[in-house]
Amino acid sequence: MNRRLRWRKFVSNFMLSMTGVCAFVAVSVLFFILGSLVYHGGTSINWNFFTKLPSPVGETGGGMANAIVGSAKLLLLATLFGVPIGFLGAVYLAEFSGSKVAFVVRYAADLLNGAPSIVIGIFAFSIAVHPFKHFSTLAGGFALGVMMVPITLRSTEQFLLDVPRTLREGAMALGASKWKTIATVIVPAAYRGILTAILLAFARVAGETAPLIFTALGNSYWSHGWNEPTASLPVMIWNYSISAYEDWHRQAWAAGLVLLILILVINIMARAILSRGISVPR
Amino acid sequence: MSTASTTLPSAGPVAGSRSFFSRLREGDEIARMITFVFAASVVILTVLLVFELWNGSSLARHKFGLAFFVTRVWDPVFEQFGALPFIYGTVVTSVVALVLAVPLGIGAAIFLAELAPARVSDTLQFFIDLLAAVPSVIYGLLGLFIVVPLMREYVQPALKNTLGFLPLFQGPAYGLGFLTAGIVLAIMVIPYIISVSREVLLSVPRDQREAALALGSTRWESTWKVVVPFARTGIMGSIFLALARALGETMAVSMVIGNAPTISASLFSPGDSIASIIANQFSEATGELYTQSLIELGLVLFLLTFILNGLARILILATTQRGSDMGNA
Amino acid sequence: MNASVRSVLPVKIAPPTGSLPSREMPSAASMRMTVSKVNFFYGAKQTLFDISLGVAASKVTALIGPSGCGKSTLLRTFNRMDETVRHTRLEGDILLDGHDIHEQDVTQLRRRIGMVFQRPNPFPKSIFDNVAYGLRINGSKLALSDAVEKSLRHAALWDEVKDHLHKSAYELSGGQQQRLCIARALAVEPEVLLLDEPCSALDPISTAKIEELLVQLKDLCTIVIVTHNMQQAARVSDFTAFLLTGQLIEFSPTPYLFTTPSDPRTEAYITGRFG
Repeated sequence: MNRRLRWRKFVSNFMLSMTGVCAFVAVSVLFFILGSLVYHGGTSINWNFFTKLPSPVGETGGGMANAIVGSAKLLLLATLFGVPIGFLGAVYLAEFSGSKVAFVVRYAADLLNGAPSIVIGIFAFSIAVHPFKHFSTLAGGFALGVMMVPITLRSTEQFLLDVPRTLREGAMALGASKWKTIATVIVPAAYRGILTAILLAFARVAGETAPLIFTALGNSYWSHGWNEPTASLPVMIWNYSISAYEDWHRQAWAAGLVLLILILVINIMARAILSRGISVPR
Repeated sequence: MSTASTTLPSAGPVAGSRSFFSRLREGDEIARMITFVFAASVVILTVLLVFELWNGSSLARHKFGLAFFVTRVWDPVFEQFGALPFIYGTVVTSVVALVLAVPLGIGAAIFLAELAPARVSDTLQFFIDLLAAVPSVIYGLLGLFIVVPLMREYVQPALKNTLGFLPLFQGPAYGLGFLTAGIVLAIMVIPYIISVSREVLLSVPRDQREAALALGSTRWESTWKVVVPFARTGIMGSIFLALARALGETMAVSMVIGNAPTISASLFSPGDSIASIIANQFSEATGELYTQSLIELGLVLFLLTFILNGLARILILATTQRGSDMGNA
Repeated sequence: MNASVRSVLPVKIAPPTGSLPSREMPSAASMRMTVSKVNFFYGAKQTLFDISLGVAASKVTALIGPSGCGKSTLLRTFNRMDETVRHTRLEGDILLDGHDIHEQDVTQLRRRIGMVFQRPNPFPKSIFDNVAYGLRINGSKLALSDAVEKSLRHAALWDEVKDHLHKSAYELSGGQQQRLCIARALAVEPEVLLLDEPCSALDPISTAKIEELLVQLKDLCTIVIVTHNMQQAARVSDFTAFLLTGQLIEFSPTPYLFTTPSDPRTEAYITGRFG
């Protein structure tokens, strides 16, 4: 083997190992994040955390009960707003529309999807806060819902289109009308994918902070009903971590751990549902 | 049956040959109309978004015009607003992020697409996808409590000692600043580069690599000189995508960038980005002009990400298309 | 036997005109490559069974047989391309000029044994850069443009592309792209050139051009060609090996294999009774 060939082989082995290092580094970041959250926040997850309200500045022993409930309310609103639009819109695209309309709707959805979350926050502010002159849970739910729409729409459309022709034709040949076919055959066939899409959209907005900053704002106390500003986990994490108080930092870590576990669990569940196999034999 | 069926049934699709009323009766027309309304509302939301951004910044746009983009001053008291420091901060942090993320991301993608056996590749990709799902505020949390001290105690002093003659690495080491924000951003956008590049590399036809190997290339040569160039458009697309993400990133950046609207050659300097100033000041903005200037910043951000995302999509589509065309040639 | 078989042959495979070559296979000494008791496994499944044959130097050897008989698999073992697929195992010996190919560095081996693939697969580079690729990675001291011209002439492509060397290879037609791939393989001056059904994706005119080319290339290097087209094998090759379900059924000088095959299975294949 001559020198040049030896060099080339050395370069090859070296560079390929380096790519392995890159992959290893990238993946280990995930575990580092989880590990750090567990290390710094694990001990702070206690009964207080889940049941107490935030204590006044400087005092210890408070919790994030209102933020947890607040996040739940916001996510509920977001789902109620975003999922029907995304789902039914996708049904329209996959089953009824012509290609021109479909193009416009898809393009709009992609625009919405690509908009930075802070811009969505400005939008929600203009529509749901400014005219009413106050911040509210509804506005926050609207902001998050808007973010859920494009994710739900595009994925659902994809899964509906993936349902094999033969299934549709079989149902129609039996005399089922279009909407019956959709409701009783096509959607059930695609339900795994649709559920996954909804879960992933949910997990995505569960962690969003920016759209909430000037819609739901925040609240040190319980938020009553839907018209008051409300605390939420992500916003609490933000507020607490940039504050100067050790105790708040500690709680921010704990909240981060809770939030991340929630999001990761939903993500893993969603993928498990999808990979459990297609619900329609091919 | 119904009066509508006096026309002969055509050989075309079922829906086309039935009249409006028979479809209405069977509920199809209602279903179509209902779902159309929902689909249309997506378009309405988007149009409304653009409208609100445009309209909500009209005062600022008319007052400052194009000078908005080159004015350094951001003074709420005297109502003087210029976007330059934020554009600068956004650009600098994004560039730092890409400089770090692109080699690492492409390297990892090469490993996943060319070297790792399918099962390993899929498992690692799964973890990368989970990484992409981590919310911005959690990156910010780690950035603030772990990366910033690290930067302040170790990395920045080390850089100063070795490369301190460059204006890039001068000035006091606070830990916060452009460099730190760029590093945190890099970690956030790597998953996007990896996922898309990996897909694009996997779509390169097998016989490209085989032809290179059959000519006596080493594995690295066949990957780097043939497979990667074949996929280069798609990889560019992944970089644009990552850039679009980096531009719009709000929370993590605002937590580590230092929040001082400065323009400085030093990467150690604190600064601010477009998204971060909006996040920090919007809810306290008093006065129409103040608020509208912030909205104008939002409009700028929206347009930038819109262009980048569009370009990214075109590039990625072009490569995967070319791969499948070659395979069918 | 002679007469009865001839009457069964379809008219299209005409017996060769002029004097027939020797019936005997060349001696071991004039074999460029020797394959000895090769068994090949893909996972648990065995796809090649006890194959032994010799590839004569400066001649064209054809491998024929129905789909799935293992001819491409066998070809790919010659330049160790079988190693690019996981879970494969090779038993037996393959020698190039008397030396075991598995005891040499694979990168070096593949310079000495080149390959042209079923579908033209030029790199996304210019015509010039495609041909120069092999030369560049080996740090060739030759003036690149001379070497590139030489290869393109050998591939009968020079006149068509000489004014367009810097255009993308993808602007060429299918047949031209395949000749480019041949030029690319020839540029590193291999001793053996392997072609895996090189014309199956091409039109008849391009096919004819390449077949003409192959006969001329014999002087430059030893050629092994896999083809599912029996007429092509009959036209182009000096020796033909017939494979069926992973076994070597018959291996003899081409005119004899096609006119007086010794195995009934060979006869059945070439008379079109299957495959």
